[in-house]
Amino acid sequence: MDFNLMVEVTPLLIEAAWVTIDVSARSMFFGFFVACGLVFLQSFRFAPIRWFARGYISVVRGTPYFVQLLLVFYGGPSIGVRLDPITCGVFVGAFNIGAYMSEAIRGSIESVDSGQTEAARSVGFGKVQTMVSIVLPQAAPLMIRSVGVLAIVLVKNSSLVSIISVVELTYQAQRLIGSTYKPLEIFTLSALMYIVIVYAVMGIIELAYRRATRYTTQ
Amino acid sequence: MKTEHQTDTPMVEIRNVHKRFGDLEVLKGIDLTVNRGKIVSIIGPSGSGKSTLLRSVNHLEVIDQGEILLDGVQVNRPDMNGLAFERHINHIRQNMGMVFQHFNLFPHLSTIDNVTLGPRKLKGMDKKIARELGMELLDRVGLAEKAEVFPNHLSGGQKQRVAIARALAMQPKVMLFDEATSALDPELVEEVNRVMRGLAEEHMTMLIVTHEMTFARDVSDWTMFMDGGVVVEECAPEKLFSNPDQERTCNFLRKHLGDNH
Repeated sequence: MDFNLMVEVTPLLIEAAWVTIDVSARSMFFGFFVACGLVFLQSFRFAPIRWFARGYISVVRGTPYFVQLLLVFYGGPSIGVRLDPITCGVFVGAFNIGAYMSEAIRGSIESVDSGQTEAARSVGFGKVQTMVSIVLPQAAPLMIRSVGVLAIVLVKNSSLVSIISVVELTYQAQRLIGSTYKPLEIFTLSALMYIVIVYAVMGIIELAYRRATRYTTQ
Repeated sequence: MKTEHQTDTPMVEIRNVHKRFGDLEVLKGIDLTVNRGKIVSIIGPSGSGKSTLLRSVNHLEVIDQGEILLDGVQVNRPDMNGLAFERHINHIRQNMGMVFQHFNLFPHLSTIDNVTLGPRKLKGMDKKIARELGMELLDRVGLAEKAEVFPNHLSGGQKQRVAIARALAMQPKVMLFDEATSALDPELVEEVNRVMRGLAEEHMTMLIVTHEMTFARDVSDWTMFMDGGVVVEECAPEKLFSNPDQERTCNFLRKHLGDNH
């Protein structure tokens, strides 16, 4: 192992790691709204709206993220959708993770015992109040766990945006290897950086989870 | 069938109520009146429709035909829909206290918050006043010292007593009990029954679905025996439990009262 080289390229990789974090965080942020939108659409009584949401989720889950990226980035311009690489990465990431997240959110809401809703409604709470005060606080632990898993998948999948020339951790690593011919050193370093990022995300999830489950330990 | 309890003003009126689950008709035209301050219990085998009837009063089940009135106001309103009905039913439900077989306490809230959530959020009650009311109610069910405890740390009997306090916190006109003691260990049944007897002494209007025959006989002003979605027989409990008119009632009671009758 060429440790001198590793020290030398570390700042360049850290810089690229920030792009990985930036793309992932923004995808997650916008993906959350996509997910909430999909959950909302699926609660409609008018069936075609539900079908649209279900269809969208099926398409996203049924196709590789890699293909989705290529389709939007290279196929988009022919229908007038021209996005710069980072915007495209964030956009496709958000719409991809949003589909999975909507299932996670819906599942966690459905996991709350229906007796809870009945009890709240019988006291006189409306649908929205029941959701906000009773169901969501109880759905939160499961939601945090399952959305957390998706966040980790998202961080790791973000390496795929290198294919549309976003200079994130993996792309930067490949570039450095191109000029140094030291794949072992450089990929080891980038793998370590992914571990740091992923463990940081897991830490945040754990904190949120503990906060959401305070009542079970009290 | 006019008896003394029907001479007062009616609190709950159930008129010709039908309810279907798919092809299965579980309520086949039920009529029942619960007068102010009276206690009516509904007994019957599993699947007789008694729980469905009680849940219909709270509109947790939507009836297909007939009408249900609370203090003269119609609960089911087939003519209303959407937000208008939502507002209507939320308001109606605030006047009914419902107690479930499985308690359904809110596990993420402390005992006192379970009790005060309704008054605070729905009646806009000041936090401090709500707390005083909550403590008073918890004291009444004998659980004042458990105010800050979370439901997971309560026994079944304690949970059900908190659930009763939660229902009482909305100062309901009627209390509905859906097999409130069926999920409890036998030794915990009495503590819940005691609370319910206390309510009876204070002349709370109550509609009780129960498997506890002795309890039904002791506290009720009126008893209704249901089977197969119809009312088989209804009369004062003294008569129903000692000298029922119908063969089906006899058979049911023989099975459920056993030796202690």
